[in-house]
Amino acid sequence: MLKIECPFCGNRNETEFSCGGEAHIARPLAENKITDLAFSEYLFMRDNPKGVFLERWCHTSGCRRWFNMARDTVSHEIIEIYAMGQKPKTAIGKKAFLSNWRRKSKAETASTPIKRTAK
Amino acid sequence: MAKTHLDRGTGGLTQKSKRYSIFSLARNAASYHQNWQQAWRHAEPKPAYDAVIIGGGGHGLATAYYLASVHGITNIALIEKGWLGGGNTGRNTTIIRSNYMWDESAGIYEHALKLWEGLSQDLNFNVMFSQRGVLTIIHSEHELKEMSRRVHAIRLNGIDSEILSPTEIKKMVPTINIDPNIRYPVMGGFIQKRGGTARHDAVAWGYARAADDLGVDIIQNCEVTGLRRTGKQITGIETTKGFIKTQKVGCVVAGHSSVLADMANIRLPIASRPLQALVSEPIKPILDTVIMSNAVHMYLSQSDKGEMVLGAGVDKYNSYAQSGSWPIPEHMIAAAVELFPFLSRLRMLRHWGGIVDTCPDASPIISKTDINGLYFNCGWGTGGFKSTPGSGHVFADLIANDRPNSIALPYSLKRFETGYLIDEHGAAGVAH
Ligand SMILES: Cc1cc2nc3c(=O)[nH]c(=O)nc-3n(C[C@H](O)[C@H](O)[C@H](O)COP(=O)(O)OP(=O)(O)OC[C@H]3O[C@@H](n4cnc5c(N)ncnc54)[C@H](O)[C@@H]3O)c2cc1C
Ligand SMILES: [Zn+2]
Repeated sequence: MLKIECPFCGNRNETEFSCGGEAHIARPLAENKITDLAFSEYLFMRDNPKGVFLERWCHTSGCRRWFNMARDTVSHEIIEIYAMGQKPKTAIGKKAFLSNWRRKSKAETASTPIKRTAK
Repeated sequence: MAKTHLDRGTGGLTQKSKRYSIFSLARNAASYHQNWQQAWRHAEPKPAYDAVIIGGGGHGLATAYYLASVHGITNIALIEKGWLGGGNTGRNTTIIRSNYMWDESAGIYEHALKLWEGLSQDLNFNVMFSQRGVLTIIHSEHELKEMSRRVHAIRLNGIDSEILSPTEIKKMVPTINIDPNIRYPVMGGFIQKRGGTARHDAVAWGYARAADDLGVDIIQNCEVTGLRRTGKQITGIETTKGFIKTQKVGCVVAGHSSVLADMANIRLPIASRPLQALVSEPIKPILDTVIMSNAVHMYLSQSDKGEMVLGAGVDKYNSYAQSGSWPIPEHMIAAAVELFPFLSRLRMLRHWGGIVDTCPDASPIISKTDINGLYFNCGWGTGGFKSTPGSGHVFADLIANDRPNSIALPYSLKRFETGYLIDEHGAAGVAH
């Protein structure tokens, strides 16, 4: 059983959470300009490493809020938990982010980041 | 439904002296079973082969066997990082059935079931295929309606399937609780009588022995660490026992498919997840069919040794640790005990997990790739044991001829680009 530190509620059992799979998959905003093959990488193809994996979790039976997690898929060690919209901060997490094939995929490069303006 | 190609090939064990029979049993009993021949050779890798199969589970071994027996390609090696059948093949609950809803699924699973029906004879190895029936039970009004739609679709494909009422189920399985007031009441069910179970290790060993007999080199304790290519052509594999030259590589590594695909820079839609099972202490025969419940993610059968075999639904997050998380079996046991109250008195004997390769549409991938000579067979997820002979048969055909036959064609990786998915999720719930 994983013990997960919800950033909002604190330490809880894994049964309160659901896992949302690979994190940081950006929807290609220029979807009409990329091929079906490139779009299928966004839609279906998944990072599935034996080692450090960046994934999304939701505290479904608690605050119902989402967050990101860097976790080792062999030892199940939770390396870091960080907010949605953020990138990992640990060296291991950063390496996993940058080495993911998706960073260079057509789908991802076709997804222009949304610029947020402060209110 | 796809046309079936039931070419059973030449069969292994061509030399009479090596065949298992009642006479060889008697002969060997007379010498206290000290003189049985080795079932297969301990091969060391040669520098080059016509084809290499990676993964010594049932699917890989079946592929190697049919390459040799149907296609006459015998200069091949099968590379396994651990021991034969040590992956999901030796960890599964062995349910065999072909009552899937979509035509494409009926094609491959029925093809496999037909091969199961003669497999022990083909291999001269008793795989203990037992057509004891697979009974799926239904717990809600909605599921009942969905069931009759499914049963009729299955029958239209010429596959046997019968609807049963709760009292008919009770007659068949006296230990089941059909009280309408339990948490998951039994409202009906359907059975495929040709379905059943087989002995998982025997399947791996039977294929290995027959493939070895036809000249296939079976190399265990050898991990593939890299795939070498020149331009768009595969040229060999790196292993812990050195480089092996070959122009054709078939990857059949189930939970490790994404790891192998990464070596070739290929993308797969696979998530590797643990699937768990357990057995109780052995008891006298009490259940002579297989019970499945998709709604509560539970299935139950009794092994020939007398153990009650229970399996759960797949774990919730990716993992390569062959164990799994505790809440899953807890939920499964709670449901099983409600349906079969006698189970509560039994002690658990063993519990384990295997890493299954789940695909978004719960259907497998049997495909060529962008690299010439590199083929993948994976994505069987929670339910690929039943297809072992069929999967190996069509994959061997794909590798030998470099084009998929009509059964394998829908399972190409291309379907994720075209959107022609074979969505068995809705149809099967838990796909065992
Ligand atoms: C608990 C459980 C219950 C199940 N119940 C059922 C069921 O009731 N009915 C059903 O039909 N299916 C069931 N399944 C699914 C079924 O077991 C699998 O789909 C099927 O056995 C897959 O066979 P395979 O030969 O492809 O894979 P495996 O048997 O897993 O073989 C893959 C092999 O590849 C090897 N390998 C991996 N990486 C490398 C490498 N780099 N180099 C060399 N070798 C490598 C592994 O060591 C392994 O031996 C169940 C699975 C589990 C875990
Ligand atoms: Zn919370």
